[in-house]
Amino acid sequence: MTQHVLEMRGITKSFPGVRALDGVDISVRAGEVHAVCGENGAGKSTLMKVLSGVHPHGSYGGEIRFEGELCAFRDIRASERHGIVIIHQELALVPQLSIAENIFLGNERAARGVISWSSTLVETERLLRRVGLDERPGTRIAELGVGKQQLVEIAKALAKRVKLLILDEPTAALNDEDSRKLLGLIGELRDQGISCILISHKLNEIRQVADTVTVLRDGRSIETLAVRGSVGGPATVSDEQLITRMVGRELDQFYPDRTPYTGERAGQVALTVRDWTVRHPVDTGRTVVDSVSFEVRHGEILGIAGLMGAGRTELAMSVFGRSWGRYVRGSVELHGREVSTRTVAEAVGHGIAYVTEDRKTYGLNLIDTISRNISLAALPRMARHGVVDAHGERRVAERYRGSMNIKAPTVFEQVGRLSGGNQQKVVLSQWINAEPQVLILDEPTRGIDVGAKAEIYTVIDQLAAQGKAVVVISSELSELLGVCDRIATMAFGRMTGVLDRAEATQEGLMRLMTRTDVGAVDATGRPVTEES
Amino acid sequence: MSQTTLGKNAGDSRERDGGGTSTARALTGQALRALRDNMRQYGMVIALVLLLGLFQVWSGGDMLLPRNVTNILLQNGYILILAIGMMIVIINGHIDLSVGSLAAFTGAAAAVMMVDHDMPWQLALFLSLLIGAVVGAWQGFWIAYVGIPSFIVTLAGMLLFRGATQILLDGQSISPFPEGFQDISQGFLPEVGPDTNYHNLTVLMGVLVCAVALFQEWRQRKQALAYELHVLPFRMFLLKCAAIVAAVLAFTLTLASYRGVPVVLLILGGLLVVMGYVMRNAVIGRHIYALGGNRAAAQLSGVKDKRVTMLVFVNMGVLAALAGCVFAARLNAGTPGAGNLFELEAIAAAFIGGASMSGGVGTVLGAVIGGLVLGVLNNGMSLVGISQDVQQVIKGLVLLAAVGFDVWNKRRARS
Repeated sequence: MTQHVLEMRGITKSFPGVRALDGVDISVRAGEVHAVCGENGAGKSTLMKVLSGVHPHGSYGGEIRFEGELCAFRDIRASERHGIVIIHQELALVPQLSIAENIFLGNERAARGVISWSSTLVETERLLRRVGLDERPGTRIAELGVGKQQLVEIAKALAKRVKLLILDEPTAALNDEDSRKLLGLIGELRDQGISCILISHKLNEIRQVADTVTVLRDGRSIETLAVRGSVGGPATVSDEQLITRMVGRELDQFYPDRTPYTGERAGQVALTVRDWTVRHPVDTGRTVVDSVSFEVRHGEILGIAGLMGAGRTELAMSVFGRSWGRYVRGSVELHGREVSTRTVAEAVGHGIAYVTEDRKTYGLNLIDTISRNISLAALPRMARHGVVDAHGERRVAERYRGSMNIKAPTVFEQVGRLSGGNQQKVVLSQWINAEPQVLILDEPTRGIDVGAKAEIYTVIDQLAAQGKAVVVISSELSELLGVCDRIATMAFGRMTGVLDRAEATQEGLMRLMTRTDVGAVDATGRPVTEES
Repeated sequence: MSQTTLGKNAGDSRERDGGGTSTARALTGQALRALRDNMRQYGMVIALVLLLGLFQVWSGGDMLLPRNVTNILLQNGYILILAIGMMIVIINGHIDLSVGSLAAFTGAAAAVMMVDHDMPWQLALFLSLLIGAVVGAWQGFWIAYVGIPSFIVTLAGMLLFRGATQILLDGQSISPFPEGFQDISQGFLPEVGPDTNYHNLTVLMGVLVCAVALFQEWRQRKQALAYELHVLPFRMFLLKCAAIVAAVLAFTLTLASYRGVPVVLLILGGLLVVMGYVMRNAVIGRHIYALGGNRAAAQLSGVKDKRVTMLVFVNMGVLAALAGCVFAARLNAGTPGAGNLFELEAIAAAFIGGASMSGGVGTVLGAVIGGLVLGVLNNGMSLVGISQDVQQVIKGLVLLAAVGFDVWNKRRARS
């Protein structure tokens, strides 16, 4: 078992002006799950692109040996012929085609150009059983959730007789339940002799499923560690050990201490949402947010926890200008007075801001500059007689570049060229600049590196310390426990509880997040009784 | 994917060194990148100059004769007006196929009002523009509020208004127009002052334009320096200023030695300045770019998507009506066949001038430059006696080459 299936030696890859990889060494033993971790920009994705032939042989330095044989892949097809299959973060399935068609896309079961449907279907059934997906081969991809789509991707890889499976952040878009299934499947595949490279931000995942971990930093391989003493044994490597190597410095304090707000509005309720109910925009029979009520005070950080599909984003977006779904009933109050948030402009006018979980699709104009993205939500205020104050705009952008530590040479840099963490800081700046009273942050640290995360936590803390009411929606329980004053839980469209930070634990929250038997709770978290 | 990775690493490396020299290097890199990003527009200015030179030599000096330069403006005025409106539509992420038919319809309406109903030409012009606005609002309504793709709505409009023009004119041409109306397209600024062999008012305007342009350049440089942005070395800056002055003076003197500034040029200049300013500095202009760049994000930032799109199409309608009147005035007739294929000329001008199919990119000046490239091609090829059929082929290839160059350029920038 100690034989190496893959050896990459001294891999170097440069882009104009940037050395993305600088002598990376990595060896994967046959039949192991080998995790690769590191901050964004550490070179993980580039390394995998070199391995899979996206960056063809000759465009990088160093050598790749697969099963002892020196490799020179010209493209992805060449690496796939050897049994190396990469599954990207953004899934590459065609939504309009069926599971079977997707699995054999580009790899069709055909004789003389005519597809053999019977062998396609039989083979698909077999592969679906192997990955534990209970769907018919004819089901269209569009009808599946992200978790099931991920399984289809793996089935597709298996159809190509994969020997080394590369998964790039496979659980980024999955809920805990689907993540657990997927990680379990990776373990099963390992037992069947399929080696796996797992790129992940989530350290607990690495500890859970990986045998070995290689840490990359600034394009160099820092260290390869054994995750556990024996195969199947308990993990021996600690989060602290990995984090230290990833960031190259001691993280004595990952979450900032909460700075209390002592202004005149301390303790005053800022936003109250009552009985908020929303139906699905297409499938209008489905109630996605059901009689949800909550309140958040000035200077308070309220977390909203929930599994995928609990309705957290849907709740936030529908409160924010009815940007999602069909409104059924419910009211929004600011400082105890009911207000209309029928349009985004109205919501912004009342001092509510919503920072999306999907910054590339819903948050940023990637082809425009940092400065113009930051000013967008507050343009009417930054303009006189409909003309934008260019000096003021640039000053504001400079201020945020400094205070938020946005890493860019000037504020006229195109946002699409920034890293995920810096893009997130631009979205946050945009909404802080809108000068809201209430900020709803949806997954504020998704897909960004550890260092940037800590910076974002500090910003959130400061916002609350300035008296703003902050709502943080997150799938990472440790993050909610780390930054919030109170944590509300949602399950299947309903609010199932509100816990103070002191009394909340991961287990306790998870229990509330999976409850199906409760009715609505009121704004303070008490169950609504029959009499009221 | 590779773009993001590259960006991240670039950010990291900047963070790591961060000394004085590397900041300078980063700024130089950015200036080069800015140059590369604007390559399409600079490229088109260079292409325009090369084309003029080519045809000047080929035609034995006829190209840049004052009469021909004036002609190019008169021949292309209406296309340039349409191109300005089309550029804004494309930046907003839409397309308008109906502008040719709409120009024909509004031109015909003006003709009917003036010739059949003896309406004063000013009123007829105003009502035509109003019709353009109403039609724009009609199409904008279907696109913005009902959600029908602009391609379909304006394709319907293209058929609809062509038919309406035929009905309105009963298949006949109507003429002649009052002189005042003809002047929109055939008129020039009046002669004033002593006889100097040059058109005095035109020379005066040329000097004024020079002064304003120099002031703008100086102010921009001052601002850029204040923001510590990369600027041209001082000597290069002087050279650039000299080039601007030379170009403006050469152009105005050329016009001044014929009949002076045509009215169409005044209209175009006004549109260029106003629309350019609105797109650059007004909130509505920003909203148009933001919607084209990322519609969902703009909506979630409180941009009123529907209202902005509506306004963009109303603007396009008014400009199409203006172009229709200019064209009718040039022909001195309202004809059923007017404006045929204008929409495609305008769209081609916008794309040659730097628009992107996906929206969010482009400038009003770019549209005018793109339109001029097409216009100079048309005029030059006719001067040297290339047949109409071959001209079509060449124009098609130029459009393909211009956009192809841009795509290639972007891909090179990315990898």
